[in-house]
Amino acid sequence: MSQPAVVELSGISTAFGGSFIHRNLNLRVEAGQIVGLLGGSGSGKTTLLREMLGLLRPTAGSVSLFGFNLNGSDALAQRAVRRRLGMLFQHGALFSALSVFDNIAFPLRELRCLDEDWIRRLVHLKLAMVELEPSHGRLMPSELSGGMVKRVALARALALEPELLLLDEPTSGLDPDRSQNFVELVGALQQALGLTVIMVTHDLNTLAGLASHVAVLADQQIIAFGPKDEVMTVDHPFVTGFFGADRRKLL
Amino acid sequence: MSESPRLHLESGRVVLSGHWTLAAMLPDLSLLQEQLAAQRGLVTDWDLSTLSRLDSAAAVLLWRTWGNAWPAALEISALHRQVLERVAELPQEIPKPPRPSLHPIVFVGSLLLKAGRNLRGMITLFGQLLLDIAHLFRYPAEIPWREFTANIYKSGAQALPVTALVGFLIGVTISYLSALQLKSFGADIFIVNILGISIVRELGPVLVAVLVAGRSGSAMTAQIGVMRVTEEIDALSTMGISRTIRVVLPKILGLTVAMPLLVLWASAVALLGGMLAAMLQLDLSLSYFVESLPRTLPVANLFIGLGKGLVFGFVISLVACYFGLQVKPNTESLSANTTSAVVTAITTVILADAVFAIFTRHIGVPDL
Repeated sequence: MSQPAVVELSGISTAFGGSFIHRNLNLRVEAGQIVGLLGGSGSGKTTLLREMLGLLRPTAGSVSLFGFNLNGSDALAQRAVRRRLGMLFQHGALFSALSVFDNIAFPLRELRCLDEDWIRRLVHLKLAMVELEPSHGRLMPSELSGGMVKRVALARALALEPELLLLDEPTSGLDPDRSQNFVELVGALQQALGLTVIMVTHDLNTLAGLASHVAVLADQQIIAFGPKDEVMTVDHPFVTGFFGADRRKLL
Repeated sequence: MSESPRLHLESGRVVLSGHWTLAAMLPDLSLLQEQLAAQRGLVTDWDLSTLSRLDSAAAVLLWRTWGNAWPAALEISALHRQVLERVAELPQEIPKPPRPSLHPIVFVGSLLLKAGRNLRGMITLFGQLLLDIAHLFRYPAEIPWREFTANIYKSGAQALPVTALVGFLIGVTISYLSALQLKSFGADIFIVNILGISIVRELGPVLVAVLVAGRSGSAMTAQIGVMRVTEEIDALSTMGISRTIRVVLPKILGLTVAMPLLVLWASAVALLGGMLAAMLQLDLSLSYFVESLPRTLPVANLFIGLGKGLVFGFVISLVACYFGLQVKPNTESLSANTTSAVVTAITTVILADAVFAIFTRHIGVPDL
């Protein structure tokens, strides 16, 4: 029996005010893949990510996560599906009224069946995972540096140990050293937890260090999808421009 | 299904199998917890080698079952052992954050200090505004006309319908209620005095002030607050543009100009409502009402009403802008400051109204 794909987009079209962002786009991500989603600015990468999350409904086509159609009407099934994914927003999207601890504890508390001791241990486990001190739990999001916001947001995204992790520009705004740490962290977590990861990124180092597969979004379509060394050889102006001659060495 | 988490006893050892993850455990979590608790302390031999998945939530559950220590015998794959080791490495006692004590006297004191700080801040803002106005007199080219007129439109023109509606209804209400009393004394024609004095001098300005504080005051606080959250205020400063001249001053001047006009409008509509109600209830003709209004209502009352409008508009916008500038970059602070702005503005307006009542007690009261 073949398992259903973790993410399956079929025939997606998205139009904002008459102009098409995506036109009949297809993508199928299998379990365990780390997919880097590439594309020029404004090519609709974040839009695509939001459609996978169900935050945005495509004009046409269907989005399936773990074999469930996300645009279906069964609210309970949709909630169950959303518990199986974690999202790291570009700017963290931490709840600014809650402390770091409460931010990470929030999705756990929402389950309403874990006791406080259990939640406390889990939160500290996640904090340790993203290499933060227990004392950082008391800080408010406005007191954190950019890199810490990213790490707390990752800890929150991982709180329910999702099978699918979506990352929107995970390393933008981090210094190279930090972003390298971040890449190693996500890589280690992926191995330990067997995650499927889809990330939007512009950073070649992140892509080289983390991604197993690459999907290229251009001309309103996924023009190439496959293991990253295969995608590099695709003859398309965006791909050749992105993986320019000297950049190819990175990968 | 082979995926659901299971445990069974097998010749003195506990064997776990299936997916031990939070998502898989959720459907029958309490049952699993019971089953695990039943083994606590009895069995020290655990076989986790047939486990297909173990996440940290399940690891914490197991670790607690084992009483925060490794069991005597454990069979487990290396990958899953890592997950358990991470749980084992956690400090056992995690200190809870200290809660600040709330002694009543400390509470009252801190409230007073906060009120004092706010008062001082508002006076500072007022001083800054005076300096800005002096600056604009020297460099008239920098006067923000566009923002000024936009604010008059937003807080004045767009408030016309709601103030008219509320004014009309209040006029009708007062007229009906007083008419009942006056009728029993046979003093029907005094309805003109009552409506004139109460609406023009008192109710018009206060009513409009309360409406505007809720409508424009909260909008000002929220707008300035969000501009602070998104660092737009800082961006203005970087371009060498004074935030008080460009953001605060047009709001305060705009509302100070618009408020008297709103008061005039709302009072007029309220009088109209009162007139109509008097006609229906007391058979008092509209022409009689209009004729006798100037006789019974000295014109000083109108100026007092407009003066109140001017002061109230200034107070509301000053308070709103001050609290807007106090917003810290988080949602809690934004909501707290918006609430403070509206509550403080309305309270200050009522206070100012009382001061007005005391100092104008000899002015504009008609001789009977």
